[in-house]
Amino acid sequence: MDKRKFKHINKTTLKKDGLGLAIGENKFTDDYYLPGMLHIAVLRSPHAYAKIKKLDDSAARALPGVVDIYSCNNIKRIMYTTAGQGYPEPSAYDCVLFNDTMRYVGDQAAAVVAESPDIAEEALKLIKVDYEVLEPLLDYTKALDEGAVRVHTEPDARMIIPMPYDASKNTCADIKAVVGDFEAGLKKAKKQFTFTTESQSASHCALEAHSAVAWIDEYGRMTIVSTSQVPWHARRITAMILEIPVRDVRVIKPRIGGGFGGKQEIIVEPLVGLATWRTKRPSKITFSRRDVFMSGRRRHGQNNTVTIGYDPATGMIDALRVYALENAGAYGSHAVTILTNTATKVLPMINHVPNIEFIGKGVYANLQVGGAYRGYGATEGCFTYCQAIDILAHDIGMDPVEYYRKYAIKSGGTSEIFAKLGEGTEGGAEMTIDSCGLIKAMEMAGSAIKWEEKRKLYTPEYNKGKRVWRGIGMTCLLQGSAVPKVDMGSAYIKMNDDGSFNLHLGATDIGTGSDTIMAQIVAEELDCPVENIIVLSSDTDLTPFDVGAYASSTTYLSGEAVRKAAVMVKEQILHVGAEMLALSPEDVETLDNKVVQKGGEKFKTFADIGTYSLYTHHQLQIQGFGSHVVDKSPPPFAAHFAEIEVDTETGDIKVLEYTSATDCGTAINPLFAEGQVDGAVVNGLSYALTEGYIYNDKGVLRNPSFTTYKIYTAPDIPPMKNMIVPDSYEHSGPFGAKSVSELGINGPMPVIANAFFNATGKRLCKAPFTPEYVLSVLKD
Amino acid sequence: MADAKIREVFTVNGQEVTLALEANDTLLTALRNNGYTEVKNGCSEGQCGACIVQLDGRPVNSCQALALSAKKKKITTSKGIGNYARVSVIQEAYVEAGAVQCGFCIPGFIVTTDALLRENPNPSDEEIRFYLSGNLCRCTGYVKIIDAVKLAASRMKKA
Repeated sequence: MDKRKFKHINKTTLKKDGLGLAIGENKFTDDYYLPGMLHIAVLRSPHAYAKIKKLDDSAARALPGVVDIYSCNNIKRIMYTTAGQGYPEPSAYDCVLFNDTMRYVGDQAAAVVAESPDIAEEALKLIKVDYEVLEPLLDYTKALDEGAVRVHTEPDARMIIPMPYDASKNTCADIKAVVGDFEAGLKKAKKQFTFTTESQSASHCALEAHSAVAWIDEYGRMTIVSTSQVPWHARRITAMILEIPVRDVRVIKPRIGGGFGGKQEIIVEPLVGLATWRTKRPSKITFSRRDVFMSGRRRHGQNNTVTIGYDPATGMIDALRVYALENAGAYGSHAVTILTNTATKVLPMINHVPNIEFIGKGVYANLQVGGAYRGYGATEGCFTYCQAIDILAHDIGMDPVEYYRKYAIKSGGTSEIFAKLGEGTEGGAEMTIDSCGLIKAMEMAGSAIKWEEKRKLYTPEYNKGKRVWRGIGMTCLLQGSAVPKVDMGSAYIKMNDDGSFNLHLGATDIGTGSDTIMAQIVAEELDCPVENIIVLSSDTDLTPFDVGAYASSTTYLSGEAVRKAAVMVKEQILHVGAEMLALSPEDVETLDNKVVQKGGEKFKTFADIGTYSLYTHHQLQIQGFGSHVVDKSPPPFAAHFAEIEVDTETGDIKVLEYTSATDCGTAINPLFAEGQVDGAVVNGLSYALTEGYIYNDKGVLRNPSFTTYKIYTAPDIPPMKNMIVPDSYEHSGPFGAKSVSELGINGPMPVIANAFFNATGKRLCKAPFTPEYVLSVLKD
Repeated sequence: MADAKIREVFTVNGQEVTLALEANDTLLTALRNNGYTEVKNGCSEGQCGACIVQLDGRPVNSCQALALSAKKKKITTSKGIGNYARVSVIQEAYVEAGAVQCGFCIPGFIVTTDALLRENPNPSDEEIRFYLSGNLCRCTGYVKIIDAVKLAASRMKKA
């Protein structure tokens, strides 16, 4: 732990864009209204699997106000992935902007460009499509069966990096990681069990739907404003699909109304890009909520089986195998990397296991397309693994808190899994854990919920004869911080004449507050007020590169790039300040917005220095830049606890209290860090108890709206206490920080399931835990 | 929109303004097409509350009201509650409490909170949760939003 005292770090600073957002001044993508703007509407497949025999758009084209129509008739076939990942993407190139084969209900058949939204919608009805309807594959758990329907038969679907891909077996991700010898370990083990869970597809439900606006600028180049979490990937992939040079495309990220992974996909940008590049007129598309559900992306959901061989005397695990089957849906976006994360962000928790086998299969089905979603495979993995650890602890008669205290990974520990699996062509990264506040997290969250007292209280005797049964459960979690060796973030800082600074960075603030914490990092390094840092982020013309907001990377990765840039600026400030004071740079330091003489009285304010540097003598622009790549992905850790009530007549689960404590290293802005955990936990609770995609027997999503797909509202949240572990310091991160945004979502599903077991002696293996499902489990 | 057929006078944020609209426009569409983009469209089905405005002081999902039906009513958006010229205590409280993350839903929350605190200047936690049940937020888990409402209420009492 670092004992240094911070001035701006680990302090609550008001969000830079907070007031503008609360007033309604800040622009989101859909708030751009341009004169003469065209509107785009998409014709979507009504069939889960069909070939377009003929698409006749002549009647639609004849409708006044229709400007153009795009389909497989007139748009070149270029294979790509919608996954907004670094190049070369570790996702299959298995989709085309306008395909002649429709692979799910909602697949993109054509797009109309028209003078108004109404005309565009009207024209959709006039497009005649002659479909050859095919038998769909609707149950992904049967995708690997002999003779299963093949979702992708086109010869040009492929991975562009050397990773296993076999469309003939509906397999778009095939992961295997081996440590030691699982079979031998299992044979040696005195006891073993196998446990299977099934997690569901779910929508991100960012309140802002996907949207993009494009126009041609004064130089004939195209600007795209979009709701992207990944502006640089959006530029690269859009340019590739449309065969426009990257230099002719500028992507701007305005304010973003939440992402959670759903906007790490290149979906809307190519549509406005195509319309505007061809017509040279501004164009816009904004998804309806239905579009987001049907044709945005979703959490995959996995069917996972864990087998554990162990010593009942000690609880030590001899052998661990996880078989994860992932529901990729129609296209393999993020299918590979989410599966690797199901291993790397879950299995290292109990790290003494000598024999591990992880097998992950991502399979196609004629269902909505899976993609990135907060938690990124760890959510599904934790549902299985964190219950398995609970099963083991229960079987050996050990309190699970004690089990984690004894066997969970600690500072100085490692796991071979970190090195076995990476993302993309890079392997993983070996890692020794530096900061680990897990034990402290268990103490904090456990005492807040009175774990020991309630764990003793809630027994079969306590619940006997009652209609409503009580239980309490817990789990421990880890995630990561950025993708090591792959992802890069960068920043640029310049000084102004009043001593303020412009910070231009690629990192993509999608509502997390990252613009503000980056300003805090600069202010800390330079020792100046946060108010003096003016932040501009994510404009591919005006700011340097960043991979974007994903993989829990912004604070840890981009934050260090920002700090490096600030270090460079500081050196120049000291140099100029020393010149002004007729001292040598070694004799001065920064203090409270000034350069001061060490041990002396002389000083110059940053404003003096800024003005001098631009106007007076040896004029120069004080400026700095930084790029950062990380060589490891330090996990944030958390302990989650829940106390629940199970109504044995209605099957209703009520969460009475939820507590958690998170070790995110230094919380750059504690208020924001808490907010990240609160949001993640509530999303996790909502996912565990209510959310899920419901299909009919034709593969039609039955609940593509907020009326039928319910997410938690304010009255639904239980009493909660989400805390940040103080005094954790990750030496590889900026001012000791690591990530915080994702891991909280992984807790509620296994924690409620563990509490349910405590209350009832039965296991919840299928989410969401609806009253119907709970009753069926209780009756079993 | 410039080519909209009808022009009608409405009272928005205390000012009489002429809005260009179509007869079948929802209030949400009419407001947004005329520059009131602080009113957000989150679902167009009356479920998310991002488009909530006050009609004569009552919070209403503007996506569920025909624009013309609001002609004789006072329409209030988040900018009518407060703006850079005159920031509202509620808006300040939301920022200070950490209730603003992505901020897309926040104008709707500001409008609803203003109506709540005029009706009930001293709401309990339970009353706050119930009153905000028509406003969805996916970022905050509502925790700091409830803090913000309580902070605003306490400051308004002092004022």
